[in-house]
Amino acid sequence: MKELPAHLTGGNFLLTETDPGLVFTPEELSAEQRLMAATAEKFMEKEILANLDALEHQADGLMPKLFRKAGELGLLGMGVPAEYDGLGLDRATTVGVEEQLTRLGGFGVTCGAHCGIGTQPLQYFGTEAQKKKYLGKLATGEWIGAYALSEAGSGSDALGLRTKATLSPDGKHYLLNGTKMWISNAAWADLFTIFAKVDGQQVTAFLVEKTFPGVSTGKEEHKLGIKSSSTRRVILEDAQVPVENLLGEVGKGAYIAFNILNLGRYKLGAGAIGAAKESLKVATRYAQERQQFGRPIASFGLIQQKLAQMAINIFAAESAIYRTAANMDAVAATGEMMDSTNPPFPRALDEFALECSVLKVACSEILDDVADETLQIHGGYGYTEEFSAARTCRDSRINRIFEGTNEINRLFIPGLLMRRAQRGRFPLVAAITKVTKELLDPAPLEDSSGGDELAPAQALLVNAKKLALFVSGVAFQKFGEKLADEQEVVGHLSDIIIDIYLGESAVLRARKGRKSAGSAAALSDLALGFVNDAVGRMELHARHALAAVSQGDELRAQLGIVRRLMRWTPLNGVALQRRLAKRLCEVGSYPALVASK
Amino acid sequence: MKILVPLKRVPDPDTKIRIQSDGSGIDLDGVKFAVNPFDAIALEEALRIEEKLGEIEIVVVSIGGDECVEQLRVGLAMGADRAVLVKTSESSDSLAIAKILAAVYQREQPDFVLMGKQAIDDDSNQAGQMLAALLGVGQATFVSKLELIENNTKARCGRETDAGIETVTVKLPAILTTDLRLNEPRYVSLPGIMKAKKKPLEEIELASLGVAAVSRTKVLKLEAPPKRKAGVRVKTVDELVDKLKHDAKVI
Repeated sequence: MKELPAHLTGGNFLLTETDPGLVFTPEELSAEQRLMAATAEKFMEKEILANLDALEHQADGLMPKLFRKAGELGLLGMGVPAEYDGLGLDRATTVGVEEQLTRLGGFGVTCGAHCGIGTQPLQYFGTEAQKKKYLGKLATGEWIGAYALSEAGSGSDALGLRTKATLSPDGKHYLLNGTKMWISNAAWADLFTIFAKVDGQQVTAFLVEKTFPGVSTGKEEHKLGIKSSSTRRVILEDAQVPVENLLGEVGKGAYIAFNILNLGRYKLGAGAIGAAKESLKVATRYAQERQQFGRPIASFGLIQQKLAQMAINIFAAESAIYRTAANMDAVAATGEMMDSTNPPFPRALDEFALECSVLKVACSEILDDVADETLQIHGGYGYTEEFSAARTCRDSRINRIFEGTNEINRLFIPGLLMRRAQRGRFPLVAAITKVTKELLDPAPLEDSSGGDELAPAQALLVNAKKLALFVSGVAFQKFGEKLADEQEVVGHLSDIIIDIYLGESAVLRARKGRKSAGSAAALSDLALGFVNDAVGRMELHARHALAAVSQGDELRAQLGIVRRLMRWTPLNGVALQRRLAKRLCEVGSYPALVASK
Repeated sequence: MKILVPLKRVPDPDTKIRIQSDGSGIDLDGVKFAVNPFDAIALEEALRIEEKLGEIEIVVVSIGGDECVEQLRVGLAMGADRAVLVKTSESSDSLAIAKILAAVYQREQPDFVLMGKQAIDDDSNQAGQMLAALLGVGQATFVSKLELIENNTKARCGRETDAGIETVTVKLPAILTTDLRLNEPRYVSLPGIMKAKKKPLEEIELASLGVAAVSRTKVLKLEAPPKRKAGVRVKTVDELVDKLKHDAKVI
């Protein structure tokens, strides 16, 4: 494998400091990229918002009709190469559009399931003939795609699937038998990517047209939210799939399933933040309109705190999304391929698996918080269906479940670090050794005095990385390979890593913004607000993790190191949040807040 | 056939407008910009005429700084063939704009001009009329229905007036200004945006047009309209009549 620049390798953010010049920020989006997002925004206002009630009740044929209209505008084939009727756009460009498409619950799920997991298995693992046959139809929205991995008995344990594929005696077909659960787009999909076991053993992917004999769908699931999307079982009864519709190779389905899920997780993160921004917009407007005690509730501290907190978390997540998107683009541009499958697949799908899981967990939880606080700001009205807040809460909840539960993704994060370390792709052991030695020798830590207002936050993050490595080292020393069984410890580690990635992305963005956009005060406040809160969270997670590993004097010594690393003079968070909330209300929206000087 | 469509860069209609504390202008910090919606309607109409007649050149023009390129690109992405930016750093009033557009008209020699009846930023509603007068050509304003007739030599226009729809026929070339109900502009499609990058966009300095376009008006002060006071609830018709007579003094 080719040596890539450090910042373009997965997990590297834990090891080295990144120059702000190397991260891509939303402020750098070109006029064309913004215009594309504006088209999606207008489409959502005019077509989806206007039809929301009918969509929620699954009015006959409405979703496929609006879906195809989105296709005509080019919104569904952005990532597909031009030779297959797509637009061949990079991820940094498509994020803005995806954020818009997903801001209203079910429609986003329909588009996301189609563009992501519905189209990408074919795009990245299909043969030329398969792509010629199907990819253009998916890119234009003429056909709707779906991805079928989960089963009644295998959700998180995806490879425990029981659907069988048996080669027909004449060798022309595979006969698929089994039932797939929770399949988004099932009602409307023309093409399913279905995972089944050949000879009951080898996980293999198949491209299955809905019209193939033996393919049917169950009844619509009665869901808590995203009601406008379709979720059904896909039932395979001796489903006849021509051998040429086998995707990739027999037994290599797991590569397809998991690499596509990496991308899906990143996309889910972007979509969740799109929905969170929408929710913040609603909350900001309502807080300014709603009068109590003779003044708008937006003028009260506890409401300002909520609005600012939402903006702060959205900012950090958004910074991490655009950073990851552009890094994936940069790796894709190297043309590096992974040859674990035939044909090989782009390294960009695999390289940032850890970051994708970080985004999945962080963004889905931020969205849930934002949705919940938006409802709270609405008071009693929020608890009724008269306002959008209740629907947003119902719609947001699924994000913590699908594309790998947040629990599974939390296990992935340190798990991926260890797997990469074993394969020589990540110098984990060396880093742990270095940090542990450094910490036992109480030399002075990074000195942040003399820098600008972002310098202390940057220094704290340097220490937070040491903290993550130190806690990993202590836990690994105790449990060794069995660390994976200590899920709570792994979870605490994950949470530290998540805060590091989001916090660092936010600070780097603010730093870059200061240089190019003059005195972007709001950017600094947003980044510092995140780090100011993250310090306490990271410290607590470290303490819990260490307490589960060590005891007595050893534990006390380790906790001393935690205290030393997380030394931080708290910023006046109240003043900072009031400032942000006031500015947010003045300029009217989160994008305007970030864009204002 | 050639249609000239001026596009003005204005704050996005969905943007919250704030007045600078000294009242000297709009606080543009963090504000999103868009093509003036009435101009977008004008361009949409030009595109529909092109779809009907085929072989038409649609030229979009904007006046202002480099930032106006964004709005011209929107025009190109919607389907215009060519764009012209007249570069000036001066802010121009309606007459100055009309003079500049007249110079562009002489340069381009279009069959007619389709433009918004007004821009949503200053709401002057004068540039189109002034342009027609400067050029000595006919005009139809507030057009809500448009049809080219007599072998495309005349335009039959439905105009929205207080009394109803007035139908006038103007000889081309003419200046046609568009009203809200003429059409609903299309989406700017993603493939359109990508194609727009390759379409010609010409930048010319105002000085090179040889127009003295000095603004004769000056904005002295901007003020937000007074906040609406809370209404009063009345219990009976008699009470209402009494209040209208004695409090509001309108009857």
